[in-house]
This record gives sequence, structure tokens and C-alpha cells, in this order.
Amino acid sequence: MEAIILQILNGLDKGSAYALIALGLTLIFGTLGVVNFAHGALFMIGAFCAVTLQRLLGLSHQIVDETRKDFLGNPLKIDVPYMHEWFGPEIGQSIIEWSVPLAILFSIPIMAFIGIAMERGLVKHFYKRPHADQILVTFGLAIVLQEIIKYFYGANPIPTPAPPAFTGSFDFGALVGFDANTIIYPYWRLIYFSFSMIVIAGVFAFLQFTTFGMVVRAGMADRETVGLLGINIDKRFTIMFAIAACVAGLAGVMYAPINSPNYHMGMDFLVLSFVVVVVGGMGSLPGAVLAGFLLGIVESFASMTQILDIFPGINQIIIYLIAIIILLTRPRGLMGRKGVMEE
Amino acid sequence: MTKSNFTRRGVLKAGAAAGAALATPTIFTGAVWAGAHTGFTNAPQGDTVTLGFNVPQSGPYADEGADQLRAYQLAVEHLNGEGDGGMINTFTSKTLDGTGIMGKKVQFVTGDTQTKSDAARASARSMIEKDGAIMITGGSSSGVAVAVQALCQEAGVIFMAGLTHSNDTTGKDRKANGFRHFFNSYMSGAALAPVLAKAYGTDRKAYHLTADYNWGYTTEQAVRESTEAMGWETVNSVLTPLTQTDFSSYIAPVLNSGADVLVLNHYGGNMVNSLTNAVQFGLRAAEANGKNFEIVVPLYSELMARGAGANIKGILGSQNWDWKLENQAGAKYYGTNAFVQSFGTKFGFPPSQAAHTVYVQTLLYADAVNRAGSFNPCAVAEALAGFEFDGMGNGPTLYRADDHQCFKDVVVVRGKENPENEFDLVEIVEVTPVEQVTYAPDHPQMGGAEASLGACNPGA
Amino acid sequence: MTEQATNTPIAKPKAPPSIVASTGFLGLNRKDATLLALVVVLTMLAPFILNPFPEGSGMAQFNAGYPDLMQRFVIFGIFAIGFNILFGLTGYLSFGHAAFLGVGSYAAIWMMKLVTLNIIPAIILSIIFAGLFALLVGFICLRRSGIYFSILTLAFAQMSYALAYSVLTPITGGETGLQIKATDRPILSGLEPGEIGRANFFGIDMRTSYELSLGDWLFTFNAGYYIAAVVMLLSFYLSIRIFRSPFGMMLRAVKSNQQRMSYTGLNSKPYTLAAFVISGMYAGLAGGLMVAMDTQVGPERMFWTASGEVVLMAILGGVGTLIGPVLGAGMIKYMENIISKINETILHQWFAFLPDGLEDFVVSMIYPFIGKGWHLTLGIVFMLVVIFLPGGLVEGGQKIAGLFRRKAKTDDTPSKTPAE
Repeated sequence: MEAIILQILNGLDKGSAYALIALGLTLIFGTLGVVNFAHGALFMIGAFCAVTLQRLLGLSHQIVDETRKDFLGNPLKIDVPYMHEWFGPEIGQSIIEWSVPLAILFSIPIMAFIGIAMERGLVKHFYKRPHADQILVTFGLAIVLQEIIKYFYGANPIPTPAPPAFTGSFDFGALVGFDANTIIYPYWRLIYFSFSMIVIAGVFAFLQFTTFGMVVRAGMADRETVGLLGINIDKRFTIMFAIAACVAGLAGVMYAPINSPNYHMGMDFLVLSFVVVVVGGMGSLPGAVLAGFLLGIVESFASMTQILDIFPGINQIIIYLIAIIILLTRPRGLMGRKGVMEE
Repeated sequence: MTKSNFTRRGVLKAGAAAGAALATPTIFTGAVWAGAHTGFTNAPQGDTVTLGFNVPQSGPYADEGADQLRAYQLAVEHLNGEGDGGMINTFTSKTLDGTGIMGKKVQFVTGDTQTKSDAARASARSMIEKDGAIMITGGSSSGVAVAVQALCQEAGVIFMAGLTHSNDTTGKDRKANGFRHFFNSYMSGAALAPVLAKAYGTDRKAYHLTADYNWGYTTEQAVRESTEAMGWETVNSVLTPLTQTDFSSYIAPVLNSGADVLVLNHYGGNMVNSLTNAVQFGLRAAEANGKNFEIVVPLYSELMARGAGANIKGILGSQNWDWKLENQAGAKYYGTNAFVQSFGTKFGFPPSQAAHTVYVQTLLYADAVNRAGSFNPCAVAEALAGFEFDGMGNGPTLYRADDHQCFKDVVVVRGKENPENEFDLVEIVEVTPVEQVTYAPDHPQMGGAEASLGACNPGA
Repeated sequence: MTEQATNTPIAKPKAPPSIVASTGFLGLNRKDATLLALVVVLTMLAPFILNPFPEGSGMAQFNAGYPDLMQRFVIFGIFAIGFNILFGLTGYLSFGHAAFLGVGSYAAIWMMKLVTLNIIPAIILSIIFAGLFALLVGFICLRRSGIYFSILTLAFAQMSYALAYSVLTPITGGETGLQIKATDRPILSGLEPGEIGRANFFGIDMRTSYELSLGDWLFTFNAGYYIAAVVMLLSFYLSIRIFRSPFGMMLRAVKSNQQRMSYTGLNSKPYTLAAFVISGMYAGLAGGLMVAMDTQVGPERMFWTASGEVVLMAILGGVGTLIGPVLGAGMIKYMENIISKINETILHQWFAFLPDGLEDFVVSMIYPFIGKGWHLTLGIVFMLVVIFLPGGLVEGGQKIAGLFRRKAKTDDTPSKTPAE
């Protein structure tokens, strides 16, 4: 039982990342009708916002310590972060350590800017073009973005730890009434899950309860008619693109402490997030979220020893197997709309 | 480069004049790569010789490849008599004198393996077919090493493996034209086991997470066999997909499994993520069976340690070499400081073990050519096989003739608690002497009696 | 793409395909025959065309006329031609085509390891296996269309890759793949003990080459390349015939309006399935040839990036055009193999004539785009092509050709017809 609850937690956690990325993809697809292969790169850039802020806060100048030697025998140069000088070593250090949560604020304007620039500068010109062209141009953009990151940050993963207060784990089982020490779970992963639930709820509330969201939803359903009503749908769609970029970016920022970011993490998630979107059903936001959590949980269960003993290697293929089964039994995924990308 | 090449017309004129007379068709049957008169592939013409450096420049191991390229660049400089000479000064064989290889100036071409066997072979073939490379070296994974080694065997050039740790490279897939200086899974297991017993006791229950491919299998087998021989028990072993990025669902059940040691048979990004996840789940702080829970990573690298950050602290693993070796483990490992000095002066930071192994491989090849007095791969292979040397930073080393594997001491390291800088991430715990990590050439983990080098192929 | 399809001669009512097909050279109309002849000339003279720079010059870096790359050009050309039969004609975007390439490769290498080192049986077996696998995958995936179809094919390919890398290691060799070893004794080969088998075509080793040096130039004529090139020409010819046949017409109908087609009482599925299987067999043929030219298989050949690559080749060159995918394949392989090999040392050699400070500046400006940065250049090329040449490289070719025509003031060419 404990093992199953653990895997459900893991699944929800993995599912959060899938759901957030898939949500952004679906937003862009549903509103703009664009297949965005650069969406994984937006997730990656989000994570590198956290890395960048960590570096910025850690900016330092060197002082030479004549009493100590470096590995070549020269006087040792010691890095002293400005933060330590300005706020004293202790407060300065804790500011540096809190760079990931701070990066949430830092990343929103950056991601929004990147989103708007992408939409206005590039994607806008591809609304009327075939999906194949959209794929090629956004894939090209994804490569360019990740190579730029690689140029500045290298190919090696960069550790981006959470603040010390959240790095450890705690006894989740004891909290909900199980024996002590049976369900140990890391703080940060629960934070990640809660955070993604808030973001998802926020996006849904925004679309559901604001006039802006209403117009966008109307535009998703029938763009032409909304345009005929004299509403400037293009501007709203630009904003939707920025929001989708922010969602992907936030997913990336918060993911940085879970796994050290590297420049190709976006590509690792790209294919998976497309599978999630399609399994959820093209154009359906709830479908994307549902499919994200579903595949996360299924993937976690497939990695249990008890299951692997019966089906060796099932963990290698489970996501794709489930995708095939769902698409064969439900033609448009879990909650897909008719006629979207079926041509 | 001569000036005339810039004006196309000049070249055309020269070509037209010489054209008809110089039209010398040559037909090769059997192998294209065979030089017509020399009896082996790509015999160096003129006063230069070309080496092919085939390393990952894109993909997850790009930084490791970049470090290898730095070391190659340094090795070429030293061979050509530039710079301070590095380990040429400490190397026990004294044939290298800064005049290149056999008096020919060393040139090189580079390529990108992308850590894919197809791309690596395409790149190696272009070096052999287009650039006339006489030797191919480099790489950062065993899949690539085995694929390129097989290619070099077919083409009739020497392959000096880069970073490849799987037993297969000099085990069941060993080739007469291929040589490996780096250590392997078996040696990791054999070197780690006694240290683990000393540090954590002989009554331990181990849980293995293993990357689901050849290198993972051989590493798990090696660590398992040598730890079980000391009395450890293996509780469970789970295979994880190579493409996995989040290992939470594999780590979470470990604590309740009755195990008190977790062995992560992962490399590169897999290792960084699985270790990070394991520390997140509190395994480092946990207790099991009344003992402290421990994590072991059989194969360490400096770049992985950097990627894992603070999570690496206190974790035991093994390395082929470390830049602090001579200072901390004694003068037996001389050569280390000479290399670190010239690498550090040129690039500003200490070299990684990947850089060290490829630097040594390049020097060893050059020296073997000089001793053989020929670039013929069969002569070079003969000179390398059974060669004993010292002064390359690993202590006395033997290139064993039976499988073309180097035998030397193995460094056991631990993630440092208080690193002074980003390059000082590990501390040397012990250096396991070569006798403890030596095995028979027909060891079952190495492909058994069936494995054979085959015959050397000069390409003609 | 749709516009192009309707612009092609066969779509015009006055030139029904059956009539065109029965006239002219090899059953091709004049334009197709010209195109085929052009491709024949280009492939046969490739060793010259791809080696325009003299040996030893700074520009020799850009020479592509060595056997490995020439072989890769034609093999990936075949792969892309086959992919285009499915995607260009029916509009079904398969994102898992590399799986068929991989299956073909594994089939071929096992044939060589066990039965004979002659490449013909190996290639035939690879086509059969890839065809059967495509039949199975196609039968399942074609129950859906649009992006649902794409994801289904992707799922099958990723499962093939994951299994080949891990669980199926005894069959596929896993990470280290399969090569022909000294211990392999194919029953029909008659190898001497200890000899490592080599792929051959009735005794002709794939690596046999004839080298012609003219002045500073060196041209290599490789047996393997010419065998692969002949196979590619046959595949290209076959694909023209398919494009111009009533079957091809039916496939275009599937693309333009499947619903209308089903209203007329026609069941489109057998046609699309046939196209899928043919396209899979092309991929298998490419896989078999890859093994024939370089006897090695690794599972990365089936990874989604490999499937994505052929999609990019087709779009880059021009979807639905005959020659486009081949051009796209050539372009991507050229960048992968040539740009990635330019390193800093070479750059310094090129610009050695500049003053020192300027030289360093120029090198540092170019450096991010070459060598390890070749992916960046590739990404930029993708974007530029798709932004400025919506029809792919073929359209670029037409624009250039159009410029020349205008200059020469010849007869005004009719409408914008793709160079199919």
C-alpha cells in the first residue's frame, strides 16, 4: 500500500511537469493553430532563468590570498560574492541560496518578452502556412535557442539547488496516518506539485472568469466570427502566446532543483509533451492536464519491481504503449475536439 | 597554406600544365584505404602525419569532448616540440624528442561523434577516406568506442580509445587494431570492493539501479560479483531506461526494500539525475538496518561531479586518474604534475581524467611508431602490445598483449565535503594496486575463451 | 503543397496520367525524363561535382567527394524519396519512419552474419522485413489521421528504439550494436579462419575504389557508391512512376479531400496502407544499403531524432516534389559531415592572411557556427529556408532558374511548375 501511494506521489509529481508543458502547448495550438516545436526550448529557458539568477546573485570579484596557493602554485584567488559584501556573509549567502524561488519573479518578464518576441517576430507569419512549415521553423528555432544556451552555459548539467529549508525530505506517511518512515517524500517535489496545481488553476480561472479569457475561448472555437465582431483577436492571441511561454518557463524554473538543468532538457521533454497533448486530445486544455497526470502515474507504476518482474522492460515503453491503446480506443484522445488536426 | 591557393586561376593554370602528365589512375582492389605502394592504409606522404580526433562535440557529453580536444591539442604541441613538453619529459620511453612522429610534423583533424555510433563512424570514415588519418582516437561512450574500433579494424588503422569503461571494448569486442588506456567495469568493481568493505563493513545489503544497456550490465555485474565475494548481499537490481530523466519512481522504493546501500550504475546525465534524486529522497541522511544508508557510484567523472553539485559529497566511486594524484598519493604517480602544470598553464584549470587518458594515448601511439620505426598499424600494434611504461601519471603500467588493455592502479575517490573551488570536487581515498584489479584475459566477464583479438589488419 | 499538387501536369485534365505514362522515354513524359536524365548525370559524375577544390587547398575542407559521404547522400536520398511517397502524396506525416530503417538494417546485418556476405540477399531481406513491419504498424496507425497518426507512428518507433537498446540486446547488440566479427562464419561465404567478412556484390568489395588524380585534384570512384547510386536511380525512377500513376493520383485525392473521396464510395485505406508499406520498404532498402556500405547497426538509428531528420529533409527540400527530398537529404548530411569538421585551427589557417587582431576577430565571429556549433548553423538554415522559400530548396532552384530565364529573354514559362 505504502509503495503504491509513493508511486502515486511520484506520478503526480512527474505529471505536473508534463501537464504544465502540455498546457502551454495546447494553449498555443488551440488559440493560434500553431504546432510549436520550440515549446520544449521555452521550458529549458525557464530552467536557465533560475541558473542565470543564481549566477547573477553569485557574481563576485576576486581577491588574492598570498598565503595560499592554487593548483599551479600561484597565489590563490578567492571569489567573494558581492552579495556577501553588501549584506554580510550570512544574509548574502541565504539570498544566493534562495535564487530559485526568486527566479519565479525574475523569469516572468523574461519569458513573457521571449513569448511576445517569438509570436510577433516569427510565429505570426506562419498562421496560414501548412503545419509542416510550422514544424520546420519552430524546430529550427528550438535548435538555435538550445545552441545559444549551450554556447554560454556548456553542455554539462548545472546544479541549481532549492533553498536549504526545502532540500530535504520529510515523513509524509506519518502526516496522513501511516506507520512512521514508510512514505518519505522530498519537500521540493510536493512544492512543485502544489505550485503546478496553482498555475493550472490560475490559467483555467483566467480563461473561465475574465472577459479576456472569454474572448480567447470564443476565438479558439471560431476565430473568424470573433474577428468579424470587430474584436482585435490578434493582440489577445499574442498575449496568450506570452502566457503559454510563461507557463512553460515557470515549469522550468521550478524543475531546476529536481534535476540539474542542461541545454537539451527541452528536447528530452518535447516528444513526451506532444504525446501528452495528443493523448489528452488536440485542443483540449483539461485533456492535456488529465493526460499529463495519467501518463506520469502510469510511468511511475511501470517502474515498480513487482511489475518489472512480470514484464521486463515495460518501463521502457509504457508511455507509448498507453498512448497507442488510448488513441486506438478513443479516436481523438481523452477529450479531443472533432476536426482539430485530423486533416 | 600557400598564397597561390587564393587565386583560383593560378591553381587552374598549374593544374592544366601538370594535368595530362600527372593523370595517374590507380586501382585498388580489396580495400580502398590501402596505400598503393606502402602496404598499409594512409601511409603518411611528405613531411606531415595526420591524426583523427573523434570526440563528442554535440549532445550531452560535449563538455567532456571539449576537454579531450584540449588535451589532444596539447599533445600535438608537445609532440611537435612546442610548449613545455608535458609528460614527454617524464615518460620512461625516450623516443619522443619534439620533432613530431618519426620526424614528421603532427597535424590533426577533428570530428563530432554526437555520441551516436552511426555519426561516429561517419566522422571516422571521413577522416580516413578524406583526410588520410593514420590513427583515430577519442570518444566518450562505449557504444561509440566499439563501433569505431570495429571500423578501424576493417579499415586498417589504429584506434586509440578515449573514455570507454565497458568491459566489452577490450572484452568480447576487442580488436587487434584497438587499444584502451582507460580502465573498465571489472577494475572498478575489484578496486571498490575492498574499500567499500573497509568503509561500510562486510555485512551490507545492496540495491542496484542500473542503466539498461551494455555498459550498465557489465558494471553491475562487476560490482556485484566483487562485493558479493566480500559478503555483501544484493537485495534487488532494477534496470532504468537510458532516456529516463526523473528517477524518483526508482529511488522512492529503495528505503523500504531492506537495503542499506544504493549502487548507481549510471553515467553522465543519468548519474547526475539519479544521484540528485536519491539525495532529495533523503537517502544520505537515512538509516537502515541500524546503519547509515550509503550511496556508491562505481564510475566517477569530474564533469558529473560538477553537475551533481553538493549531492556528490561523501559518495564513493572510482576513477582512472585524478589531477591531485601525485601530490596526495606519492611520487609513484609522477608525470601527473607535469601534465597538470602544462594543461593548467594553457587553459587555466586542471585537466579531467578524460583529457588525461587521451593525452596519454596520443603520446603512447607516437612513441610506439617511433619504436617500431614504421606507421604500419601492424608494426605499431606489435610495439604497443606488452609494452611496459611509467611516468604517465598512473604509475607502472602494462599494455597487455592479450587484450590491448592497460593495467595500472585504480583511484578510489570520494566526493569532497568542503570543496575549495569548482575543480576540487573529489578527494582520493585510496589507490588500489594493479595486482588487485588484474584478471585473466579469458575472464567470463570479458567474453570468456571465445573473445579474441583476431589478426592485425594493415588495410592492404 | 496543395497548390503545387494541383499545378502539376497530371492534375490538368488535358494530360491524363495514363496517356502521359504510355508515351515517351521509359514511360515518362518529357519533363520527367529530363529530370531523370539530369539526376542520372549528377549521380554518375558526383565524384567530380562534389570534389571541386584541389587537394591541399584551404577550400578542400568543403569537398564532399569521398566514399562515405557520397554513399550517405544517396542512401538518405532513398530514405527521403520513400518518405515523400507517403507524406508528399497522401499528406500522412509519419514521425516514426526511422524504425523501418532500423528494422531493415538489423535484418541485413543478420543475413550477412549468418548466411552470405553478398549484399543483394541482405538488401532483399531488409526490404521484406521493413515491409512486413510497415504493414503491421501501418495497419494499426492508419486507423487514425492527422496528428493522431503521427503520434501513433512515433510511439511505435520509440518503442522499437527503447527495446532495441535494452531488452532486445541479445538480438540487436544493444548499445554497442552489431558488427561483423572474426567469429562470424556466414554459411555461403567460404571465409578463411580468422578472416573478418566484408560486404561484397558478387565478389566486388564495397570498398574497392579507383582513384584518379588530375593535377592537384583527386577523384575517388567507389564501387559501393556506384551500387548505391544505381539503386537510388531505380528508386527515383520508381517514385516518378508512382507519382504519375493512377495510384499516385488516388493518393493525392486522399490528401486533398479524404471525405469527398469516401462519399464517392471509394475506400481510401488500402491506398494509403499501400503507400505506407511502399514507403516503409524504401526505408528498409535504405537501411539495408547502409549496412551494405558500412557493416554496422546501432539502435540510435531508430531514435525519434532520426525520424524527425527525414521529415526535415523532405520539408527542407520541398514536400511533394520529386527531387526536393533528395536535395534536403544532401543538404542536412553535408552540414552534419562537413561543417562539423571545421575547427578553430582550420579557421586560423584560412584567415592567416589577415593582420593578427583582425584574424582573431574574424575567427571568433565565425567560430560559434562551425565545428561543435554546426547544429546552430543547421537550425538557422532551417529557419531561413522555411521563411524565405516556403516551397523548400526546390523553390529556391526555381527562383534562380527563373532569374536566368528572364535574363536570357526566352519564351515566358507558363505557370510556376515545380521541378517534379
